[in-house]
Amino acid sequence: MPMQELAKESSPENNGPCLQLKGSLLTLTVLELRHYEFEQFNKELAQLVKQAPNFFSQTPVVLSLEKFISTEIPMDFIEVVQICQEYGLHPVAIKGGNEEQQMAAIMAGLPRMPSSGKNKSAEDSIPIIAPENYIHSKIIRHPIRSGQQIYAAQSDLIVLGPVSAGAEILADGNIHVYGPLRGRALAGVKGDTQSFIFCHKLEAELLSIAGHYKVSEDLRDQHWGEAISASLNGNQLSITKI
Amino acid sequence: MAKIVVVTSGKGGVGKTTTSASFATGLAMRGHKTVVIDFDVGLRNLDLIMNCERRVVYDLINVIKEEATLKQALIKDKRCDNLFILPASQTRDKDTLTMEGVQRVLNELAHDFDMIVCDSPAGIERGALMALYFADEAIVVTNPEVSSVRDSDRILGILQSKSLRAETGEEPIKEHLLLTRYDPTRVSTGQMLSVEDVQEILAIPLLGVIPESKTVLHASNEGVPVIWNAESAAGAAYSDAVARFLGEQIEHRFITEKKGFFKRMFGGGSK
Repeated sequence: MPMQELAKESSPENNGPCLQLKGSLLTLTVLELRHYEFEQFNKELAQLVKQAPNFFSQTPVVLSLEKFISTEIPMDFIEVVQICQEYGLHPVAIKGGNEEQQMAAIMAGLPRMPSSGKNKSAEDSIPIIAPENYIHSKIIRHPIRSGQQIYAAQSDLIVLGPVSAGAEILADGNIHVYGPLRGRALAGVKGDTQSFIFCHKLEAELLSIAGHYKVSEDLRDQHWGEAISASLNGNQLSITKI
Repeated sequence: MAKIVVVTSGKGGVGKTTTSASFATGLAMRGHKTVVIDFDVGLRNLDLIMNCERRVVYDLINVIKEEATLKQALIKDKRCDNLFILPASQTRDKDTLTMEGVQRVLNELAHDFDMIVCDSPAGIERGALMALYFADEAIVVTNPEVSSVRDSDRILGILQSKSLRAETGEEPIKEHLLLTRYDPTRVSTGQMLSVEDVQEILAIPLLGVIPESKTVLHASNEGVPVIWNAESAAGAAYSDAVARFLGEQIEHRFITEKKGFFKRMFGGGSK
């Protein structure tokens, strides 16, 4: 009996629509073409990939022709796509370009994306997409005391006040402390190496970005007691005065 | 509506009980009907400092366990008509402090008193949590040294996260900093944190600075809260603190070094 009921319940879902269109804001890498010759393009791309091999694996990219200096020779998009794919880049669309180039791109399976900039269509699309993906920063308006721990999941953490020694603040994103930072601050705890830590007065026990950390002892010789920003320079945590 | 004030610190030996005794006495001297409760179950001290240890029959735990009524347990102060003491039990332990029991006692006291001063035990365990849970205001007693400041900071965090006011999202507990055992001479030679140092770290309003004084120890041994000794610096400092707590604007004293006759004559002690 329960089995039958279950089957009955699930059947309307199977008859429902099988697809749905949804707006979404995605971050894509843009490959900006300024001019194009096979040899040079191949060489420059090889160099780029050598610098950061992990970055270029199965990466979708948009080819931008917005700054392209047009020549008489028509663009061979099939060739461009081939070279890109050899290095792990997958062109999915083009941006900008003249009519001729856009046609050639469509033939190569690359649709045109609306250009960025201040044209109306781009502006119109923002309000629809933004709320779905936007995560508000976590804001703490009181001092964070010794023994307390604050974690901002999937967002930035902003503290308006001091963070005491013995307190710990963590964020998946950036950390801002508008006051003295005397406790431990860990930004990018899920591994975002692009995270920053900002504070008005550096007196921290520990600073960490994506697992790369410095303890108080190592922090003392540089900008101690000053307003700083901390970020990752490769695997090295670097402190800059602000 | 009675005001519940907790005297707390985290660290032991910084002067919580001394402060509770003098502060409660000060409030009572100014006409507020005051009761001071010793929450240090198992390490009863307040009755000694208030000189009523020979009159203790029932205690806080007896009242919580309904073995005695509040009326039976409250001890009237000999010097001040407005002041009552509710002693702690020396034979039980802190686990006998139940939240419902404490709440019932405080509610009952709130009918008859204007001010309820809770003398917290050291630490951050049950006794300390029970003492601060129902508080409206907190006096954080701190010595000018790093470990005491750190513990006070910890207690401030607990006040703002584990109290009734924090849990129900009401207006947070009002915090006051009371610096005790302050020695301006040792501050000027860098052996002790200054008022500014402590305030910079704790970032709460300063209620008063009680100077280090032999009179305090003497008063404790005699069982007379130091606030009765109006001539002493410590006694005067407690009077000032009570007045400030009640809303008076009084300038802070005893923060800078007192220059003696010779120092003034010869300009010594400038640093």
